[in-house]
Amino acid sequence: MAEGAKAAGINVVDWVDERTSLSGGARWMMFRKVPKGTNWFYTLGSATMFAFLSQAVTGVFLAMYYRPDPAGGAYESIRYVTNDVFLGQFVRGMHKWGSSVMVILVFLHMGRTFFFGAYKYPRELNWVIGVVLLILTMVMSFTGYLLPFDQRAYWATIVGVNINGTGPLIGPYLSDFLRAGPEFGATTLSRFYAIHMLLLPGALIALISAHLYLVAKLGTTAPPWIKAEQSSELRKAEA
Amino acid sequence: MLLPDKHTQHKSKYTADRMIPGAFEGETVTRRRFMTVSSQAMGGIAAASFLLPALGFAIGPIFKQPPHFWEDIGSTEDFTNNNYVPVVITEAYGIGEAGKTTAYVRQHNDAIDTDIYDRHTPYIAISTRCAHLGCPVRWVDAAERFICPCHGGVYDLLGRRVGGPPVRPLDRFPTRVKGDRVELWSGRFSVNSELKRFSPRDPGETVDGIGQYLYPSRPSARKPF
Repeated sequence: MAEGAKAAGINVVDWVDERTSLSGGARWMMFRKVPKGTNWFYTLGSATMFAFLSQAVTGVFLAMYYRPDPAGGAYESIRYVTNDVFLGQFVRGMHKWGSSVMVILVFLHMGRTFFFGAYKYPRELNWVIGVVLLILTMVMSFTGYLLPFDQRAYWATIVGVNINGTGPLIGPYLSDFLRAGPEFGATTLSRFYAIHMLLLPGALIALISAHLYLVAKLGTTAPPWIKAEQSSELRKAEA
Repeated sequence: MLLPDKHTQHKSKYTADRMIPGAFEGETVTRRRFMTVSSQAMGGIAAASFLLPALGFAIGPIFKQPPHFWEDIGSTEDFTNNNYVPVVITEAYGIGEAGKTTAYVRQHNDAIDTDIYDRHTPYIAISTRCAHLGCPVRWVDAAERFICPCHGGVYDLLGRRVGGPPVRPLDRFPTRVKGDRVELWSGRFSVNSELKRFSPRDPGETVDGIGQYLYPSRPSARKPF
């Protein structure tokens, strides 16, 4: 019985692999050589990615209840999730606190990359993609903050949009774009909602994929305190 | 057959001269090249046909001025010329309470008002939107100051900054008198530190000196008169 189930499982995997050759890609991605000295700091990138996945999953389930209605419906739907839905407060709490966790992890990951010198040749492009990911994470936090549509969300967004507007020349037009008009209006909330749950998640997934591809392609760097080792034969030959 | 050396010989623009198989007399572009360019152009046109309207859809509100109205704010007897009375007005429609804002209103007073008295401001209506980052200021009677709760902006009786981070005085609304009723126009205007009038700017944007050019007037928010 167990033998048969195992054989069936192997058959299914083989059937898929024969038609996709996915196993080669999976091996290329997962069984990489890592340099000597690799330590716990190297897990910060994966931790950030899992924070993002947590945000994505909890966000999808929150979207099942949320209504981007500025005339009271948005606040009411959040109140309903928090107070009445089974595990609603827990899932919303994961999304709310998870966003802070993700921002903190992004900065720790960035700090690790900087202090280990891991942004240097040939990994500059991955640093650039990482900076774009940092900016997108911040925009994600900014647009998500409005969605509960309570007093704190409303005034924080007013202040945030106006900070954005203090950029010379294009600032005023950018804040008009964010608000969908000169004042916080009827479509500002739905605009933030669309940016938060449609535009940015797609961009983030695409850029995280590129980021991971480059990590797998280029490999990771050794910590700066690890010196290159010479083989004993080479040392003898040089002497 | 002798093939011409590509590097030394001058390249003809005719494919027949370049000895490309299947070339026509007088043909300047290979069929392979023509197919490549035309299929890429068609892809570009197809993408532009949904991207450009979507982009216009998203940035359209930048160019559109929302409607403003005269709003009745009370009787002429409700206001004095030496102290402010708060009135609630609607600035954005369709979002319930969130679209409402407060203005402080008093009669124009030649003894204290330094700006010109004209038909646009028989009553001085000061917006409560802080000129720093847009929090709501309140009038504190004892101190005779407008005070912002967020970052400590302080303004005097005329709405001019006397302390804290704001970069210009508080915005104002045009007013008019109809019979014994006072009406307020929901489209605001901004003033510089000399209370000279400008088209409405967002908070945090100065209109003094070079500021009026660094933070230009927008098509969505024109001067109300």
